[in-house]
Amino acid sequence: MIEILDILVSENFWAASLRIATPLIFGVIGALICERAGVLNLGIEGIFTAGAMAGWMAVWLGAGLWGGVLVAALAGGLFGLLHAILTVPLGLSQHVSGIGVTLFATSLSYFIYRTALPDVSSPPRIEAFQPLDIPILSDLPFIGPALFQQTSLTFLALILVLATGYVLYRTPLGLAIQAVGDNPSAVESQGLSVYGLRMGAVVVGSSIMALGGAFLTMSAFDAFFFGMVNGRGWICIALTVFASWRPGKALIGALLFGAFDAFQVRLQTEVGSFIPGQVFLMMPYILSIIALIVVARKADYPRALLVPYFRGQR
Amino acid sequence: MIRFEPRGPVAVSKVISVTVAAAVAALVLAAVPMLFAGLSVFEAYGLMIKGAFGSAFAFTEMLTRATPLILTGLAAAVAFRAKLWNIGAEGQLYAGALAAVAVGTGLISGPSFVLIPAVVLAGALAGGLVMLGPTLLKTRLGVDEVVTTLLLNFVILLFVQMMLEGPMKDPMGMGWPQSEPILDEAALPKLMDRMRIHWGLIIALISALGVYFLLKRTVWGFEIRAVGENASAARHAGIPVTATFIRVGLLSGALAGLAGVGEVAGLKGYLTADLSPGFGYSGIVVAMLAGLSPIGVVFAALFIASIFVGADSMSRATGVSNYLADLIVAMALLCVLVSGLFLKFKIRFVGAPHAKEASK
Repeated sequence: MIEILDILVSENFWAASLRIATPLIFGVIGALICERAGVLNLGIEGIFTAGAMAGWMAVWLGAGLWGGVLVAALAGGLFGLLHAILTVPLGLSQHVSGIGVTLFATSLSYFIYRTALPDVSSPPRIEAFQPLDIPILSDLPFIGPALFQQTSLTFLALILVLATGYVLYRTPLGLAIQAVGDNPSAVESQGLSVYGLRMGAVVVGSSIMALGGAFLTMSAFDAFFFGMVNGRGWICIALTVFASWRPGKALIGALLFGAFDAFQVRLQTEVGSFIPGQVFLMMPYILSIIALIVVARKADYPRALLVPYFRGQR
Repeated sequence: MIRFEPRGPVAVSKVISVTVAAAVAALVLAAVPMLFAGLSVFEAYGLMIKGAFGSAFAFTEMLTRATPLILTGLAAAVAFRAKLWNIGAEGQLYAGALAAVAVGTGLISGPSFVLIPAVVLAGALAGGLVMLGPTLLKTRLGVDEVVTTLLLNFVILLFVQMMLEGPMKDPMGMGWPQSEPILDEAALPKLMDRMRIHWGLIIALISALGVYFLLKRTVWGFEIRAVGENASAARHAGIPVTATFIRVGLLSGALAGLAGVGEVAGLKGYLTADLSPGFGYSGIVVAMLAGLSPIGVVFAALFIASIFVGADSMSRATGVSNYLADLIVAMALLCVLVSGLFLKFKIRFVGAPHAKEASK
């Protein structure tokens, strides 16, 4: 028991929680924007991979760290545009298109990486984002290391949560996005473009998802590995339901998830000799399934989610 | 402006020609990454064709690769028919392989006519049971099965790794995390001498015929199709929707489990954690290319298998990454998805608004 308390009061633990949560915050915010507009984006797993690879490669080619972030967002936006075209004006199955985008984005990223770097035994490294280490603030006891020794990308994620909340609830654009996911024909009768709103939301959401991937190669690690996304995208889809499509709850959900993951890694060092390591590695996936079960009964899906809209047709 | 006009039932020949066009489109699009990698396109295609069809050995390798793809393709096809989105064939395949190894490495002993059916049944049962969980969560609690089946893939693969490093590790395996070899009496026999092609292919073909018969000629098959077309209408018509989902889930998981049985008891002989290079996910592409038809699945699996085997061989000859195969397969899925529009709708290019009036 004492060990568990020790973990919970250590500043390292909370710093790690926020670090683990960061890619998930990007992913859940991106998924939430798509789904609020009525489009499930199962391309997320592949878009994470594309963002991770494109961002890393841009930096490796000399674009600078923020150049890499921009390239990752652009790559995500392009795959988002593909998914948007297939599912919005063409009205094709969002499930199958999403899986298709994931397979396409993943294999394309792997193929480009392998073609650019045919025979490297260890993945080349870049100079990744460093913790900001803000003077005074990062020396604050407890809060300092947990909050102010993160990299810029973590702050970008937190800002995006606030911005998404503001746009979604306080601007006409956000209200229109919400409406287009609930009742698209009402939006059309207001003279707004259902296709435009939905496609825009999917492209922007996908760009944000890709930043989650970029965080992996440009902040959490400093290189690209095959299979490094490892289901994080799918976890974000589960967390989006858990967060009932609200940015604030998305942040809390991702932080809870990060805290649990950081906790089990530390627990592993305490009891690791009795329990196989794979049991701990399974926990994020099992936890996501449990999160879905917990909210299943009261999940308030956007009403037009998965429903394609055709003009002049109710 | 482009207009989609709904179209009635379409002739089978039209379905086939549109699908073949989609597959060809994917192959043509593959020229772009080939050029990017500095390949001469015609030479690359030539090497791929030679690699998949160029010799008796190449051809049997292609059939060997198609075997698990037929089964995971059927798993996806039968589930998608009922709009049960089972994306977990990869995990179910591993569950089937694990069960086959558990039974086939000495849990029971006996002659082949006892052991082989026991191994096959164990694998099918394990795959089905893995899919039962997400199906029950869907029918009882309304939990979306797409995410649960996807997440379970990771859980099961880790479970397999845990078993292979723990209780099921081969003590003679020089420290490698692999299972003990399957007993000779439990292994699926080879179909030809000196080739790797095995009885799993026969199991896959029988399964395809079985699923075809089930969907076309039985009450359960009718119920599956009815639930897939409109679950709430089916419920009103008195069709047991929940029971149908559970049957479909069990069948879909069992088919994916059989794919694992074939790989481990027919091909490899023992289980490792890299048994499947994504057969579960490729099965979705196979099913979509087949238009969810069980007989179509066989042909789609042959097509996908020849891309994989052909690209492997081309990759060995030219040094270009064989991720090209995954890329072509992903593009095939997107192409066939778009081609579906040509079957569902008549696509009219309309110049001016009055053309709309004229067509009324």
